[in-house]
Amino acid sequence: MIYRFTCIVCPLGCSIEVEVENGKVKEVKGCRCPRGKEWAVQEVTNPKRVVMSVVPVEGGALPTVSVKTAEPVPKEKIPELMKFLAKLRLKAPVKVGETVAEWKGIKIVATRGA
Amino acid sequence: MFPRIPMLSYDVVVIGGGPAGMAAAIRAKELGLKVLLLDENDYLGGILPQCIHPGFGLHYYREELTGPEFASRLAKRLVELGVEYRTAARVLEIKNYSDLEKVVIFTSPGGAYQVWAKAVIYAAGARERHAFEIGIVGDRVSGIYTAGEAQTLMDLYGIMPGKEIVIVGSGDVGLIMARRFALEGAKVKAVVELMPYPGGLARNVMILRDFNIPLYLSHKVVEVRGKGRVERVKVVKVDENLNEIPGSEFWIEADTLIISAGLVPSVKKLKKIGVEIDPATGGPVVNDRLETSVPGIFVAGNSLLINDLVDYVAEQGELAAEGTKEFIENGGIESRKWVKVEKGENVRLIAPHYLSGDRDVYLYLRVSKPMEDVELRIPEIDKGMKLPVVKPAEMLRIKLKAEEIRKAEKLTVEVVKA
Repeated sequence: MIYRFTCIVCPLGCSIEVEVENGKVKEVKGCRCPRGKEWAVQEVTNPKRVVMSVVPVEGGALPTVSVKTAEPVPKEKIPELMKFLAKLRLKAPVKVGETVAEWKGIKIVATRGA
Repeated sequence: MFPRIPMLSYDVVVIGGGPAGMAAAIRAKELGLKVLLLDENDYLGGILPQCIHPGFGLHYYREELTGPEFASRLAKRLVELGVEYRTAARVLEIKNYSDLEKVVIFTSPGGAYQVWAKAVIYAAGARERHAFEIGIVGDRVSGIYTAGEAQTLMDLYGIMPGKEIVIVGSGDVGLIMARRFALEGAKVKAVVELMPYPGGLARNVMILRDFNIPLYLSHKVVEVRGKGRVERVKVVKVDENLNEIPGSEFWIEADTLIISAGLVPSVKKLKKIGVEIDPATGGPVVNDRLETSVPGIFVAGNSLLINDLVDYVAEQGELAAEGTKEFIENGGIESRKWVKVEKGENVRLIAPHYLSGDRDVYLYLRVSKPMEDVELRIPEIDKGMKLPVVKPAEMLRIKLKAEEIRKAEKLTVEVVKA
């Protein structure tokens, strides 16, 4: 089985082919860097995404701060994470880079301060 | 005229506090220029603070950041250097009295001001095309937003614009908003793209697969119906000449229509002072210092041409600032000759337009149509570069060496089958 992707690790967008035989990755073709190769293998075996959203904040210049997960989250867990984020409420001051919450060991980091 | 307006004086005024303007102001200050940065928003960063997705800064900072993080890094550096800036400052007019005498008139909560400057860097970004510009007719209803407006509502103010969404255009902002809508629990019923290929970067097109969002290529939205609010939109298939195919119409029920039909450089104030505009980029014709046809008026970022990557936008800001320094010191940007850059086969747009041959240059270009296994060629200097794939959605950036440019009288850039 051959999976074809356009790599999204960087804007170069390499066309990657991953050949899978008996559930194991046999060959990865077309990527120009080791990060791309690693990503392509993961995309076949255990796809993950960095998740971003906004969370209401009290007392900031804007009514929300933007947040991201400090690490990519398994794709199938994302809806559950979004439900967690929907209930989160923060208070200013919030600094860029500050960990504002933790969900199942994954840090939620503010990307816009308040 | 304006006798009581306070007068300020600077070497350079930078108009626009997004990535291009901030990078320009930072570089200008580092080069020892007296600089003032103006932005009409209440905050610095331009559109970056609402671009909460990752993918910014891979070239410029060598790490992956979100839009707000990229903006806050530039803003931090700006403040560290003590660059003077004003937010909520709306520029009304630029006046060009002579090469080294410009006046920028702006209002801010303090009143009206006019600033004398030897040079101006214009980095006011772009505007989004709206529904009426892409031929959508029908009822005058609420629930029609540009992708950027939806982004402002959701990602700055935390307001959901709707529940059942149709997105017109598969450009980056449209696709990114498709993901935001899907993540926040709205139903994205369709992304409708006029062209036979998606308009966004590959990493954004993948969003459609992630969230099972139907993409209609070679289709367009032609009509909106509803009472007070969008209720349904009419979609029609188009042929290879983009003509509507009779009988192919169908309706999609939705309460919200998002328009992501591309950006247009905001150059109205530049046109007013006679800056020549390139119809292909929609931005000014520039030399390799990013100076426009009016001496001392420089341009960077999405006002120059629509970029995909903030990294290049910041790079253009720095380049414009370096040009400004040279302009002020020498009383102009001089060159023994200007080598004209021409568009060859499958090149839709290219900038800068004139090269001096005194320095290495990055050319920014877009192709007209997607192609595989191509060679980007400049026959005049025998330069060739193989590329596995080119797409209109992905801007190409190529470096030319000063000595290569110097050899030529003109340079034709073409993208042909290898």
